[in-house]
Amino acid sequence: MADIIAQIVEVRKRYMMGLVEVEALRGVSLDFRQGEYITIMGPSGCGKSTLLNLLGCLDRPTDGQYILGGEDVSTLDDDTLSSIRGKRIGFVFQSYNLIQQLNVLENIEVPLYYQGRPDEEARAIATELAVRVGLGERLEHRPYELSGGQQQRVAVARALANDPLIILADEPTGNLDSTSGSDILGVFDELHRQGKTLIMVTHSDEVSERAQRVIRLRDGKVERDERRN
Amino acid sequence: MSSYTSAATIRQLLGLTSVQRLVRTTQLGFKSLWLRKLRSLLTVLGIVFGVCSVIAMLAIGEGLSYEAQEQIRRLGSNNIIVRSVKPPEERRTTSERSYVVEYGITYEDINRIKLTIPSVEILVPSRNIRKDVWNGVHRVDCDVVGTVPWYQEMRNHHVERGRFFTEEELASSVNVCVLGHGLPASLFPIDDPIGKTVRIDGDYYQVIGVMEPKSRQAGGSSSSGFGEQTNQEAAKANSGSGAPFEMYIPLNAAKNRFGETIVQRSSGSFSAERVELHEATVKVKNIDDVVETWHIIADLMSRNHKKQDYDIIVPLDLLRQAERTKRIFNIVLGAIAAISLLVGGIGIMNIMLATVTERTREIGIRRALGAKKRDIVMQFLIETVLLSATGGVIGVALGLAIPQIISYFAELKTIIAFWSPIVAFTISGVVGIIFGIYPAMRAANMDPVEALRHE
Repeated sequence: MADIIAQIVEVRKRYMMGLVEVEALRGVSLDFRQGEYITIMGPSGCGKSTLLNLLGCLDRPTDGQYILGGEDVSTLDDDTLSSIRGKRIGFVFQSYNLIQQLNVLENIEVPLYYQGRPDEEARAIATELAVRVGLGERLEHRPYELSGGQQQRVAVARALANDPLIILADEPTGNLDSTSGSDILGVFDELHRQGKTLIMVTHSDEVSERAQRVIRLRDGKVERDERRN
Repeated sequence: MSSYTSAATIRQLLGLTSVQRLVRTTQLGFKSLWLRKLRSLLTVLGIVFGVCSVIAMLAIGEGLSYEAQEQIRRLGSNNIIVRSVKPPEERRTTSERSYVVEYGITYEDINRIKLTIPSVEILVPSRNIRKDVWNGVHRVDCDVVGTVPWYQEMRNHHVERGRFFTEEELASSVNVCVLGHGLPASLFPIDDPIGKTVRIDGDYYQVIGVMEPKSRQAGGSSSSGFGEQTNQEAAKANSGSGAPFEMYIPLNAAKNRFGETIVQRSSGSFSAERVELHEATVKVKNIDDVVETWHIIADLMSRNHKKQDYDIIVPLDLLRQAERTKRIFNIVLGAIAAISLLVGGIGIMNIMLATVTERTREIGIRRALGAKKRDIVMQFLIETVLLSATGGVIGVALGLAIPQIISYFAELKTIIAFWSPIVAFTISGVVGIIFGIYPAMRAANMDPVEALRHE
């Protein structure tokens, strides 16, 4: 069995939605191993996005522990969480979330920039990644000059730039047509083969079939956690 | 943990990477502003006009006050000038008794001042008489000034060519004269005047020198209070500049040749005035004693003159007044500048707040990709400072150009103090920082999760 790289223990998350307090996660315990390809599924409002935000250190749990790479990150301050995001997490979003005024290379360089990597090194990494996701011909293009599939490839390249511990993807194919979607999933399969740890939120059974582990959430709790081999 | 992070912070703030980062952030800022060119330009206009008007107004004010002070300084800051003034009520009473108006400073006054006030260093009395000066067929209406050899040093008005008359020439009341600037051109259109003679009434005077130009207003004011009523038009017609020409002769010569009663005829009537001296310039040894000496002279004069037939002018006092006026002008200017820069700053802040809201998504993305709060603060702060500094640069450029244009077209002297563009530019930068902090903090304090969800 591979090493546990991330672990959440009895995690709860409550937040105020207007005047009503919502408990999005009600005691979730999970661990994630090196090289796993995991999909998180469930009806909307089941807490998938909240879980993904917690795993991505964008948010802190109200209760419980989150241990990432051996370090308890559930109580760290904002600055430290920022640098953990920058070093250990790669995000891929449903709506690509590229920065419009930057070109392909510059978008891929953003995480490296916030880590203070030297320009030349960042440029080399970004170029290599852009080539790897098949955008070697469009390094200077702006996001609006690219198709949805291409934009999502840039986002994947950007998620890989800092060589993260975990790649978190929030319905990465949700905005794409089936061809571009399977294209992106192909990229994820490839990353899985290379030993990356992938956690993906999805609605689609078709997508989750590619993963080796499917976690189903319902009402803020783990309903089922199955591994396929 | 916290000590580790603060050490890292310090390293980042001081280290080379942070310089590189600053450059990158600045480039990014330029890029973001360039994407919204028109908006950036409009945003910056407030600062542009603020900075430009500060520099231009300061330059104009500085120029005006320089000219005023220069004129006063020419009178000499150690000097006190006593002038004869025809008292207004005298005009009515004379027609009843006699045709001779008697007024003004007397030789006795001069002696009193000279003998009783120890702080007086020298005293230059002078008589100013309006006469026609002739050279052959050339005639010029001229202010003939009878004075003493030390006139030059006292009034900061020196000989340009030739020489001034000497004490011996004063004592022997010999007929020599020094022509005022511009006079040779009218009297001696071809020849060199030095060594030639000019005629006034029946007497001939040998020209021994030519004076340097006086500053315009100082020249005009020294002849004011004398003969204005009758000869104003003639003076204007003759000199063209509105100030009559001047000619300098020894005081004793003036006294002997012209007497003390001056008769002036104009259009059928004539008036006669009896004035011993028209002007006396008192030089005080020590500048600190000027005010005190002024009061003593005023006291002395008022005790010996029943009517107010004299006027005391204290250049130092005028200079101080001018400086006070300038200070007030500067304060008013500073207030206007502060208000306009405040308005400009508010404009910038307004736009930056809108920009922050517009770019919420971008902020969320950057935060997710590892940007710390201070990275976001820096990004927006630098953008604001770039905006206001660009405004400052444009404003300085305009502010430097406008006074040039004004001096060129309006013939108004303008002086750009070397510090004014620097100060104006610095203030525009500071405005950027002050008004940029709030929007930047607001951007940084957004919840990354919320920001990412923002449409």
